[in-house]
Amino acid sequence: MLDWIIQPLSLTFMQRALMLGILLGILCAVVGSYMIVQQMGMLAHAISHSVMAGLPIAYVVGIALSFGALIAGVISALMLYLIESRSRVKTDAAMALILTSFVAIGVTLVSIIPGANRIDLLHVLFGNILGVTMKEVWWTLAVTVVAITLMRLFFKELLFYTFDPKGAQASGMPVHFYNASLIIAMTVTIVVCLPTVGALLVVALLVAPAVTAYLLVKELHQMMWVGSIIGSLSSVIGMYLSYYLDAPSGATIVLVAFCFFCLAFLFSPSEGLLVSFWRKHMRSRLSMPS
Amino acid sequence: MLEIQNLSIDYRGTLALHNVSFFVPAGQLVGIIGPNGAGKSTLVEAILNLVPVTQGVIRFKGISLKRQLLKTAYVPQRSYIDWDYPVTVWNVVMMAQTVQTGLFNKFSRQAKHLARTALERVGMYELRHRPIGELSGGQQQRVFLARALAKEAELLIFDEPFTAVDRKTEDIIFDVFQELRAAGKTLLVINHDLGDSLAIYDQLLLLNKRLIAQGTRHEVVTSDNLERAYGRGLTRVFA
Repeated sequence: MLDWIIQPLSLTFMQRALMLGILLGILCAVVGSYMIVQQMGMLAHAISHSVMAGLPIAYVVGIALSFGALIAGVISALMLYLIESRSRVKTDAAMALILTSFVAIGVTLVSIIPGANRIDLLHVLFGNILGVTMKEVWWTLAVTVVAITLMRLFFKELLFYTFDPKGAQASGMPVHFYNASLIIAMTVTIVVCLPTVGALLVVALLVAPAVTAYLLVKELHQMMWVGSIIGSLSSVIGMYLSYYLDAPSGATIVLVAFCFFCLAFLFSPSEGLLVSFWRKHMRSRLSMPS
Repeated sequence: MLEIQNLSIDYRGTLALHNVSFFVPAGQLVGIIGPNGAGKSTLVEAILNLVPVTQGVIRFKGISLKRQLLKTAYVPQRSYIDWDYPVTVWNVVMMAQTVQTGLFNKFSRQAKHLARTALERVGMYELRHRPIGELSGGQQQRVFLARALAKEAELLIFDEPFTAVDRKTEDIIFDVFQELRAAGKTLLVINHDLGDSLAIYDQLLLLNKRLIAQGTRHEVVTSDNLERAYGRGLTRVFA
């Protein structure tokens, strides 16, 4: 058993992947917790796909691909906000439109811009955590530290804003600033996760650990703590499974995270499905006349 | 004290409020009544700077209210809040002191004392560690009342505070309203009910896009005014 654990650790690419996986588990749980309570899951899905439009443009302009992805993600969120606030178009329709249009922009530009076809769209869609560089690990560490520091500094303001946006605005808080900051934090997290799990699965990493913690705890900061542990564990277990089963790493990590969710859904002490059944059953047995 | 002049609000081309003007002296409890879609919530949201005002002036103690939002407290409609949000009663009440405390600062002892006193006043201090979602509708409304009290505001605005509350909560809300009025605070309360509960208000504002009537209950709740606000059907019910 010990060998089973230690053997992959001797490989440099596994060491890097594990470090990155643990960092992403923490980062995604912290940012994802706000996403869950703000019901921004679908927005994250739209942004995760929209970032593809920025890749070929960044390639042409000669800036880092991740920076192009970040700008495209923020622009897509801005366009969504504009369409929603300035027309009768509902959120889901606007998201479907923006998501597909930005993917179309990405795919079209990759084929027509000379040289842009070097961008591996399959890699963008599915990611590959085993191929990450040490530079990417350092970047992820920096983003995680900055994100946690900011969330901690603004915790009471973000708690008020995400719980009662109208009340926060009525108190004179700059709610548009907090909304924009959360969207930017989410977009940055998505971009950082792209090389690991890819655009198709990144939302799962943001949602699954945080929503699992949501079923287990009663306060936002506990959601972040428990979510971070679940997220990091999902990454590590997923990576080992991926190594030994020769399965795609991103998908394996997401599946492990989903298993944690299923366990919480069934066995959460406060609201687990089976726990509730069991309690009801015991109550009816106790109330039956002997 | 609260002065509204020629307030008009257009929302995406639809007229929500037209040329509403009124004045509320300090220490008054004012009820806002009117049919669904009359613009009652829009009026209080405009006062609190939550919706853009097309035209008009909103002043409190002679100064634009926009510049002194810290003097206001707001209890929104129940439907605006996600009651499954993972937050405890204590942290909801502490939100009252978030802006006063300032960025990067921890809540002071004084802020915590205010929250404790407010929770004790509404009979919810013992339940301060409970998640807000585990409370009854009445208890949740009392927590929001405590949050408004903990802000020590001068102008308090309540959007349908009596919806889905039990008798005990209703009595506590009535008592707190009387205490606040006696302390010289100004209270605006949106009330859905046209029955005996209107007796508690010093004056009523009857709205339907425009201000139909303002005055005491006897001056406002007349068949003529109700017909202008609600149409003929309701007038017959009240006649």
